[in-house]
Amino acid sequence: MSTKKTAVVCFLVVAVVLLLLYTLVALRIIDEYTSQVLTVAGINVIIALGLNLISGFTGQLALGHAGFMAVGAYTTAALVMKLNVPIFPAMLGGALMAALFGFLIGLPTLRLRGDYLAIVTLGFGEIIRVVMINLPKLTGGPAGLKGIPTFTTNFFWRPVLSFAMVYFTLALVVVFLSNLLKSSHGKAIISIREDEIAANAMGINVFYYKIFAFTLSAFIGGLGGALYAPFFGYLSPNMFNFQKSVEFLIIVVLGGMGNLTGTVLAGIGLTYLQEILRFLKDYRLVIYPVILIIVMIFQPSGVMGLFGNREFSLTAIINKLIGKSPNREKSADKAGEV
Amino acid sequence: MTVLKTENISIQFGGLMAVSNLSLEVNQGELVGLIGPNGAGKTTIFNMLTGVYKPTNGRILIKDRNDRLQDIGRLHPYQITALGMARTFQNIRLFKNLTVLDNVRIANHLNVEYNTIEAVLRLPRYEREEKRIKEQSMELLRIFNIEQKSDELAKNLPYGEQRKLEIVRALATRLHILLLDEPAAGMNPQETLELMDLIKYIRDRFKLTILLIEHDMKLVMGICQRIFVLDYGRLIARGTPEEIAHNPLVIKAYLGKEMENDA
Amino acid sequence: MDFLQQFCQQTLNGMSLGSIYALLALGYTMVYGIVQLINFAHGDILMVGAFVSYFVLSKWGITPVTLMLSFLPSMLFCLTLGVSMEKVCYKPLRNQPRINALITAIGVSFLLENGARVIPAIGPNPRVFPTLPVVNYAWLGVSISRVQLLIFMVAIVLMLLLNYIVNFTKIGKAMRAVSYDKGAAYLMGINVDRVISFTFALGSSLAAAAGILFASAYPQIEPYMGIMPGMKAFIAAVLGGIGSIPGAVLGGLILGVAETLTKGFLSSQLSDAIAFGLLILILVVKPSGLLGKPMGEKV
Repeated sequence: MSTKKTAVVCFLVVAVVLLLLYTLVALRIIDEYTSQVLTVAGINVIIALGLNLISGFTGQLALGHAGFMAVGAYTTAALVMKLNVPIFPAMLGGALMAALFGFLIGLPTLRLRGDYLAIVTLGFGEIIRVVMINLPKLTGGPAGLKGIPTFTTNFFWRPVLSFAMVYFTLALVVVFLSNLLKSSHGKAIISIREDEIAANAMGINVFYYKIFAFTLSAFIGGLGGALYAPFFGYLSPNMFNFQKSVEFLIIVVLGGMGNLTGTVLAGIGLTYLQEILRFLKDYRLVIYPVILIIVMIFQPSGVMGLFGNREFSLTAIINKLIGKSPNREKSADKAGEV
Repeated sequence: MTVLKTENISIQFGGLMAVSNLSLEVNQGELVGLIGPNGAGKTTIFNMLTGVYKPTNGRILIKDRNDRLQDIGRLHPYQITALGMARTFQNIRLFKNLTVLDNVRIANHLNVEYNTIEAVLRLPRYEREEKRIKEQSMELLRIFNIEQKSDELAKNLPYGEQRKLEIVRALATRLHILLLDEPAAGMNPQETLELMDLIKYIRDRFKLTILLIEHDMKLVMGICQRIFVLDYGRLIARGTPEEIAHNPLVIKAYLGKEMENDA
Repeated sequence: MDFLQQFCQQTLNGMSLGSIYALLALGYTMVYGIVQLINFAHGDILMVGAFVSYFVLSKWGITPVTLMLSFLPSMLFCLTLGVSMEKVCYKPLRNQPRINALITAIGVSFLLENGARVIPAIGPNPRVFPTLPVVNYAWLGVSISRVQLLIFMVAIVLMLLLNYIVNFTKIGKAMRAVSYDKGAAYLMGINVDRVISFTFALGSSLAAAAGILFASAYPQIEPYMGIMPGMKAFIAAVLGGIGSIPGAVLGGLILGVAETLTKGFLSSQLSDAIAFGLLILILVVKPSGLLGKPMGEKV
């Protein structure tokens, strides 16, 4: 079948691009500083993608993704350090713990129409930080948690492996979300954003899909945190403040709510910008909210809104290259843009 | 056989009795009209039938897919849709920023036979089902002659076609009872005539029972077999179009208001 | 007896803290009632109000008279700030999805906080708010401080004033009409834009007053001081029933008392968590709040 062929080509392209990037990092053609920034950018993008799922696609504003990131990071660290769980199951455990928190927060709040999720997640983000500070045995308290085992202790391979892990995960998340959102279940989620009452009348269990989207969103946020802990090797509660949650929101808004391509581009762009603007010190803090306000007022559909809100589609490109008739049914994945 | 029945339903908003003690029943295959002056409580009845509002008293029963009458008192709107009753909205509620085709596909949601994992991994059943859904959706769009616009955003359709798309979307839920809330509102006479034929056609083709609210008397009198007339939340008359047209109560209810509303 | 005394003392403290929450919650509830927006920046207005008064008092020196006088410039400044915030940031978004305005509100909140932080006259470090010498009046073992008396006094006067405006003036009537049905109010010839501006003006000046009272009670002021009281006041508004003015007052008082009782009898760490616990509880049990009416969307 030709769709199968396209899928295989897609897979190969993504694999080749990733391997190429890994080689560039390993050979230090992409220098260590850049690869570090890119790794941080990748983590930011992953979490912002999670946030986009609930806020951009489902239409429910969430303001506590730094909190889910924290849960993912600390759980991973605790599993590795206290229970000697190997790193990969520990990371999965971190993401699952964040998903559990998401589920428990969503249960009472998502039943209601309105903006309660925003305020409850905001509160969650703040409280989780206070809890972290007050559980010094598990989290190292306000001083932070040092000595989290990294992916490898080898000085040469460490940046490569971190980079590889993050971008591999990012590719998975992108493929997962874009496939999900093209399916009927994904359309059901989007219909909630468009018109909750009509969605309900069309047979969509609105509450179920909101919970599903929010739990998945928290899971992805936790996954970002789980990658962060072994990449950085150090965690402190103040890394996960409200400011951080808003940074994810800015990525989503700037890229375009409800657009995955935009989130990837804006995530990488903004992380870079942050590095470039370091010399501005505290003044950076003023630039972010100004971006947020200006985008919302003048270009609410974000950067990708300028391009008709389209998604980057590797399949479409490949189909074109193989000379297949342009298939309206854009499928598969967009990991190629990393 | 009765497919839709209300038993003494009432609903109160604050101190206002919007609908009181309403009992009506609709039989299989019927095309029934619900008319009344503005503010008579027609849309409120639709909202109760579809579970958006819960009646303060009384019961609502509808026939499910196994031909049994079911009390829908505690069901959510999506559950009622799953039983086989769907609606359109008076103030069009399409998914505006999605394509015409997606609007219909979303309404197909109840008949999708793959799970999330199959969707994410693109397993064969996903591809098969998506193909089937797309074909079925296009087929429905074809009936209403808007299939060539399947890739346009719903908000870009002309008004009349948006109304049609609302009906297509309801049909895609695979219903057997269709509730139409002012399907001809905003249409020109030509479009309204077309719509009348379409409504009759889909009723026969999909073996539907249809209950419709409408202000356009020509449409109601032209296609409805029976009519219920509502005024101030009460049922004031029921009968064939012929009987209704000569019912003094109806004439009074309408004439008393004819000046303000061209109902 | 000792327990009872302490209980009464904590309740009194809670009432005074709650009065501040109530003043702030009034702004949330009025704005939400009129434009269905959680104005995240509302808590930061409290911070601005405190700083304006701080500058005024630094200049004039602190006496009971200057303290009272400082309410005026502070409330006026915040009133202007609130109205321009609405005009510039929220008004262009009125016909867009609610989430857009909500995100903008987050942006405005951040702008105020971080803006204050980079302004050299304010800066990131906490400053000490000028206070009058502490005077306590005791009665049956329960003591009330002069600051608490001031809080009660100001809160009661402002609430009576607000009550008068909302219930007995023309603009108040217009406010109620707009919150009930914006479209119909517009058709009845009410200048909806003006009503919305007026609501922001009222809410912001109350927040400024709350800021001065808060700073007098907890005399450390810094750019982020508005976040927690802001969130708690929002919770108070939800608790009382968002959109309901008496509800905001009731919610504020309950929240204040709940907080001081938790601090006094359980643990001070928990006191912030208790507010969110209450929020979750009210959302589960009675989402329309204690005095609110259930609001359904029109279909």
